[in-house]
Amino acid sequence: MPVPTTRRPPALRRALLGVTGLAGFLVGWQAIPALGLIDPQYLPYVTDVLARLAEQLVDLAFWRRLGSTMTSWAIGLTVATLAAVALGTLVGLVPFLRRTTHTMVEFLRPIPSVALIPLAVLMFGIQRQAALVIIVYASFWQVFVQVIYGVADVDAVARDTARSFGLRRREQWTHLVLPTTLPYLMTGLRLAAAVALILAITAEMVIGNPGLGRMIELSRSGGDAVGLYALVVVTGLLGLAVNLVFRFVERRTLSWHESVRGERAL
Amino acid sequence: MTAYPGRVVAAPRRRRAGTRAVTGLLHALGLPMLLLVLWGLVATRATNRFLPDPVTIADAFVDTWIGPAFVQDVLPSLYRLGLGVAASVVLGVAAGTVIGLTPWLRELLEPLLEFLRAVPPPVLIPVAMLLLGITDTMKVVVIVSGAVWPILLNTVEGVRGTDSVLTQTALSFRVTRWERLWFLVLPAASPRIMAGARQALSVALILMVISEMFASSAGLGYRIAYFQRNYLVAEMWSGILLLGGVGVLLAVVFGVVERRVLRWYHGTREVNRV
Repeated sequence: MPVPTTRRPPALRRALLGVTGLAGFLVGWQAIPALGLIDPQYLPYVTDVLARLAEQLVDLAFWRRLGSTMTSWAIGLTVATLAAVALGTLVGLVPFLRRTTHTMVEFLRPIPSVALIPLAVLMFGIQRQAALVIIVYASFWQVFVQVIYGVADVDAVARDTARSFGLRRREQWTHLVLPTTLPYLMTGLRLAAAVALILAITAEMVIGNPGLGRMIELSRSGGDAVGLYALVVVTGLLGLAVNLVFRFVERRTLSWHESVRGERAL
Repeated sequence: MTAYPGRVVAAPRRRRAGTRAVTGLLHALGLPMLLLVLWGLVATRATNRFLPDPVTIADAFVDTWIGPAFVQDVLPSLYRLGLGVAASVVLGVAAGTVIGLTPWLRELLEPLLEFLRAVPPPVLIPVAMLLLGITDTMKVVVIVSGAVWPILLNTVEGVRGTDSVLTQTALSFRVTRWERLWFLVLPAASPRIMAGARQALSVALILMVISEMFASSAGLGYRIAYFQRNYLVAEMWSGILLLGGVGVLLAVVFGVVERRVLRWYHGTREVNRV
């Protein structure tokens, strides 16, 4: 094992290696069907998949499906976040509520959201509402738990100081509770955004409301392997974009916070 | 600490242990009981046939799941889940350690892993069906392909975060490679590994259910979807309840394991805090 150096490797080297890794993956993928290890019918050539991907990008129907998926995602995430912040703040600040809801939360949180799919289908049929039930349920807990922790994490000394300096209620909120909770909230939001995307696509696959997920299921049942792989790549890129955007937002909003400042100093 | 010296601060009342236990129990069970009663009332009053009352669901639960169905549907599902999670932990920790200890490999794979992690795991079910057919292997592979990433990436981070002073000390004392791995690197990474395993567990449960809803003729997910398609509403609710129970049970078991594995870690943190 080489001794870990404190010097950071140059960014260029890093980028080059990263690109090499990606290229290696693509070449490997191309080689497997080319060498006949797996029938191209089941694992199509990467060149075919990329060609299909390029085709889709100029297809309006594809963008409409993408829009449909992302609309479910956005609505679900917003509803879940608003509800979780409101309820989480309330429960986090009132010790009585925290004690009484604890069992309920610990029971409801581990229930896999996909278990609710049949119920959602019975209630709403093959519609966006059914998907939203699943998305909201799954992403709600991610934010809720973080907000509870965050609100309860206010430093005791800071709280006493604020009180003895006679800060008003509203000032305590903006100067004490909000800055403490924000890092927790951003973590919860980042996790919830990823979870919401996963469930938006899953719901479309299982329930069949229009969107990318349904298209994936249709390509599978239609035996269109190239289309299937192209869509899988699209969902991966989508997930990557969501991760990057939320990480960026997190860094921006928390630029004052120790966790981000500390990283930059290294 | 008295902020206002003029005021007499009352000593906290001492309650007897018995009273405290009762209030604790009330706090723990009060709300669930209240909700259950409320549910019963609403269900008997309302005419919504998708919301049966709790007693009907309990009956359906006993009729459906206690008996041969447990062996036929529940155990195979849990077996696949267990196999998938175990394989993910082994693979994730092994690969994560290697990648974490080899800087050039980490840089090589970073963008690729970032992409692979971002692929929503249920999307891999159709791909696995295409490659492996509708088999048990396919379901386990699907579970692994979704659950391995949180463990792998957390292991990489954990291994990277090993205290460099400790590493240098171990090197200068000529601690062998395997001993270093076993006594230094893995313990240092274990809090991160456990955090990854917790995420992996919930992903694995989701994938177990979905892979069965999609492509199966047995299993928990298949049963629930079957009940829904045949409008067996109470049975469907009982299945959702069972899945919830499995989720809670897994969380509890994981909590116990985590506390055992990370006892030293929590211990050190307590000491540091004091």
